[in-house]
Amino acid sequence: MQAVFEHSPPAGATARSTKRTGFLLLSPSVLILLVWSIVPLVMTLWYSVQNYNLVDPTLHGFAGIDNYWYLLTDPDFLHALLNTFVLVAGVLLISVGGGTLLAVLYDQEFFGRGIARIMVISPFFIMPTVSALLWKNLMLHPIYGVYSAMMRAVGLTPIDWLARFPLMTVMMIVAWEWLPFAVLILLTAVQSLDGEQREAARMDGAGPIARFRYIILPHLGRAISVVVMIETIYLLTIFAEISVTTAGGPGVASTNLPYLIYSRALLQFDVGGASAGGVVAIVIANIVAIFLVRAVARNLEA
Amino acid sequence: MALKTKTSTRIGVTILAWGIALWLFFPIFWMILTSFKSDVQAISSPPKLVFMPTLSSYAEVFERASYWHFALNTMIVSVGATAIAIALAVPAAYSMAFMPSKRTRSTLLWMLSTRMLPPVGVLVPIYLLARNTHLLDTCTGLAIVDMLTNLPIIVWMLYTFFREVPAPILEAGRMDGATRWQEMTMVLLPLALPGIASTALLSLILCWNEAFWSLNLTSSNAAPLTAFIASFSSPEGLFFGKLSAASTLAVAPILIFGWISQKQLVRGLTFGAVK
Repeated sequence: MQAVFEHSPPAGATARSTKRTGFLLLSPSVLILLVWSIVPLVMTLWYSVQNYNLVDPTLHGFAGIDNYWYLLTDPDFLHALLNTFVLVAGVLLISVGGGTLLAVLYDQEFFGRGIARIMVISPFFIMPTVSALLWKNLMLHPIYGVYSAMMRAVGLTPIDWLARFPLMTVMMIVAWEWLPFAVLILLTAVQSLDGEQREAARMDGAGPIARFRYIILPHLGRAISVVVMIETIYLLTIFAEISVTTAGGPGVASTNLPYLIYSRALLQFDVGGASAGGVVAIVIANIVAIFLVRAVARNLEA
Repeated sequence: MALKTKTSTRIGVTILAWGIALWLFFPIFWMILTSFKSDVQAISSPPKLVFMPTLSSYAEVFERASYWHFALNTMIVSVGATAIAIALAVPAAYSMAFMPSKRTRSTLLWMLSTRMLPPVGVLVPIYLLARNTHLLDTCTGLAIVDMLTNLPIIVWMLYTFFREVPAPILEAGRMDGATRWQEMTMVLLPLALPGIASTALLSLILCWNEAFWSLNLTSSNAAPLTAFIASFSSPEGLFFGKLSAASTLAVAPILIFGWISQKQLVRGLTFGAVK
């Protein structure tokens, strides 16, 4: 695809007009995204240095860094920050690792492959609120859930997963939603791999592991970047699953940053404090974005 | 796969693949199954696989909430947001792919980074802005927000598809006197159609399932299916029949749509982003 960049560099007047056309075509998207990213950011910054509580009108005026100080010294904040990273990293690991293996598996020929593939991909189409309710009540409910019934059937005591292992359970639910997305993308990539190349490797006596390591895996680099990028965007902002299943609890055991800010803003009506949290979340997201974009940019460009 | 695979390997693959597929799909299957039980049947212990199906849960759900109102809102918002985003993204991606400048790369990465803005960080200002512009609890308001959150990903996906279209083909059109507009609509779009379709499909799915803004920016008038389902998640939560019926209703359209279109989704993706 180098060709796109290399061929016929237009000269003089044509170059200028091309530049202008290019700019005109690009500007609507750039402009609205600029407004969308700057205006709320400035407003959030403004609120974050104000005393602003919806239920306490006597409290107002400039707060300086009080909101930030209060937030950053709050042990809940560190806990939520850690939970956010655990959730993102855990789900990414499961979906990229599992997704790669499943992509190779569902690339094999077997009876009813089409239907099996559709079944695997299906959880991606389920909205987060529904999947959270589904897992919380129908699957993992300590008394009526199917998993509990299965455990009783083999003589084990059912576990109240969401109470005992809240963060891990939320992670599993989220992974159930996003693993299928990884399978979808990675399977597409595996399928686009040249069949002849694989066949040749096979003829040369490469075993399944060698074929996977030296032929399939390198080919998946770009697809993995796509999965990591899109999933990270969504995983940093997980909200519905936590809100429905544990409401961040017990305590703050399953509270991530978005949920912490939400509970500050809408349950404690502390607009100033919530905005400070928002600014911190934005800063963190940008740090992640810089690393992520650097890491995957090469693959995305190729 | 011209060479014969060993039969034992093949059986192993079949069992493993089907086992995993059934396990991952089981919650959805169970939800649909439970939706045909009454609330009492749904909490029987041990859970029953064979039972007398009833539509009573569905009847109660329809009685309690106007499903079609929510479903229509979701449809308007998803389709509207996707259509506007594609309309804005096509020219942008065209410009990036065929008239690249020194800043193209950084513009694209910047666009993607705006998507990493955590919605909750800007919830308060967006809420206040929506209220002041009377867009709170309207389909238009929610569609605008959904459109803006998806735009960067759509631009980037279209960009990867457009780059697969050889520039000489477009140039040939221009030599024949085609304007930029004709070049874009009559040469590029038909060639990149599978990719555009995939992008639109992905955007529709993401909009349909969007929860955060839906729950926070709407109350009754423009409430989509995510809000519909939230209203059935009562804390006592033992109305499994009703809950399952409502959940099935909320996901059925997008699930069926996804099943039908997944081939198209995959076909499109192979042209660009994940090739």
